[in-house]
Amino acid sequence: MSFISYLINGISLGSIYAIIALGYTMVYGIAKMLNFAHGDVIMIGCYVVFTTVTGLGLNPYLSILLSVIVCTVLGVVIEKIAYKPLRKAPPLAVLITAIGVSYFLQNFALLIFGADTKSFTSVIPMNNIKLAGDKLVISGVAMVTVCICIVIMLALMTFIKRTKAGQAMLAVSEDKDAAQLMGVNVNGTISLTFAIGSGLAAIAGVLLCSAYPTLTPYTGSMPGIKAFTAAVFGGIGSIPGAFIGGILLGIIEILGKAYISSQLSDAIVFAVLIIVLLVRPTGILGKAVHEKV
Amino acid sequence: MKSLKKLLSLSLVCVLAVSALVGCGGKKGGGNSDTYKIGGIGPTTGEAAIYGTAVSNAAKLAVDEINAAGGIDGKKIEFDFQDDQNDTEKAVNAYNTLKDWGMQILMGTVTTQPCVEVAGKTAADNMFQLTPSASSTDVIVNDNAFQVCFTDPNQGLVSADYIADNALAKKVAIIYDSSSVYSSGIEEQFVKEAAVKGLEIVANEAFTTDSKTDFSTQLQKAQDGGAELLFLPIYYTEASIILTQANTMGFKPVFFGVDGMDGILGVENFDTSLAEGVMLLTPFAADAEDEATQNFVKAYQDAYGEVPNQFAADAYDAIYIIKAAIEKTGVKPDLSAGEMGDALKSVMSELSIDGVTGKSMTWDEQGAVSKSPMAVVIENGAYKAMQ
Repeated sequence: MSFISYLINGISLGSIYAIIALGYTMVYGIAKMLNFAHGDVIMIGCYVVFTTVTGLGLNPYLSILLSVIVCTVLGVVIEKIAYKPLRKAPPLAVLITAIGVSYFLQNFALLIFGADTKSFTSVIPMNNIKLAGDKLVISGVAMVTVCICIVIMLALMTFIKRTKAGQAMLAVSEDKDAAQLMGVNVNGTISLTFAIGSGLAAIAGVLLCSAYPTLTPYTGSMPGIKAFTAAVFGGIGSIPGAFIGGILLGIIEILGKAYISSQLSDAIVFAVLIIVLLVRPTGILGKAVHEKV
Repeated sequence: MKSLKKLLSLSLVCVLAVSALVGCGGKKGGGNSDTYKIGGIGPTTGEAAIYGTAVSNAAKLAVDEINAAGGIDGKKIEFDFQDDQNDTEKAVNAYNTLKDWGMQILMGTVTTQPCVEVAGKTAADNMFQLTPSASSTDVIVNDNAFQVCFTDPNQGLVSADYIADNALAKKVAIIYDSSSVYSSGIEEQFVKEAAVKGLEIVANEAFTTDSKTDFSTQLQKAQDGGAELLFLPIYYTEASIILTQANTMGFKPVFFGVDGMDGILGVENFDTSLAEGVMLLTPFAADAEDEATQNFVKAYQDAYGEVPNQFAADAYDAIYIIKAAIEKTGVKPDLSAGEMGDALKSVMSELSIDGVTGKSMTWDEQGAVSKSPMAVVIENGAYKAMQ
């Protein structure tokens, strides 16, 4: 019975990683950059929900919508100010800029909201389900998280396959210059990618803080790094890869904690990552891209 | 572009030259000062901000009281508190800033890890250091450093004794932070003492700074082991998540914390009903009825509008302990930090202080304090002393 309970916790944690990883993987796939500020956009999203629900008494659904809007705008603005001028710069410069943006957002939140830990009240109105004579409790947040995660993944895949904007994203990810020559608005497409990725970050943030109810300016950073690992694990650039990577990472983390050692759980997660990357350097679902000469 | 670079380098040269001049004018460690310069270091921003803010507030309160009453032998105290964000590097920077200011005595730092780092610096300078709340034994390895709070091993020991002696539980589970000196220090001693006292540890689970959001697994193992009491030698931020997740799971053991749990009621928007019945071992309870505590609580409330926590009480005592030590030695404020350190550290073992965190506190050669702890329980959203 405990095993099932561990597994459910793992899937639930993994789904949150997966939603965050989707944001990482989309941006990487299309703009070919690692947006390390992604985790901190999540944190900003959480603060928007926290302040509007707790401070202003706004309806939770409205506040989630507001949070998605704020994060979407934030993502686009970050892209315009910090990353766009570096479009032609070496990848390392962009990476360092992303780390800079991440620190900026953390300190910005520190300044505005203060350092105290805030306790986040779950905005998910789903009750816990008790099975097998109260032995097995499935939290409502866990179920909602898994469902939302699957819905988002399917929606994203359909969006990319079926819409013009999605096709443009694919084209930009394959070859930016060629796409431009074919009349694709490259800058617009990249902005759209950031908008979608950051909007997802807001949703991930709400789920993260509903499941693990504390909020500090550093809330987003560790889940962000884990989700990045999940994206690499599943094959960065691949949407189903991010999903599978996230879920597996969550399950390995929880089971490692339960059956091997709670102290070594992170070591186990990253050891598995290393092994996967040794066997499949592009991750589970990653495509090997040959450098064109 | 080229002229811009020239301008930049020229201005840098100017800055260098000016700072060199400033360096000449500066004085080292007090020198001819007419006031006692006491410095404080602790996190007033960052995750542990509640502690640093409480320490800073209470220390200022004590300093103001002493100065209003005429100072120490007619000489006033100057107090400066620097933020370290609970970060070792920033703590050392803060220490250097205070030294430049002319600090002679350090009241700090507030949290353990930065304090261990700063203790190395004060030992090199032979600066008298009294930490209100950094509780690791690593903090007081040198002879110039002393504590107002209990050492970590002592907290573990006393907790296990308390649980066993009051028959709170037979089966105990522990969740601790293996990446923190503070938490693992308490855990280690608790496990040892639990064995002596015949407590059965059914689950001893760790987490680290990098994995402190999900505790469902640790809680599940504790529940599967049939734990009646969950010992949490951790800080309140993580404890608040553990309480919430245990509630979701329907796991209801007795929760028992140590001084790091203090502050859990101050977490914004935290559902304090979850903390109902949580016990913690602390040397200070704001509702204690003795006069010293009552006066302190009232003065603190008047000044800052909230009930002081244990860290505030420790800091308040720390300033009065420093005052007592200065009076005992009769050192004058014109001594350097090193000379003052020599004098003060030699009398610490002779002091016996009645403070708000304990009656007749004494210090051993190590620098650890001896006082008796008090157990408090959270009832109706407030700390209440247990009989």
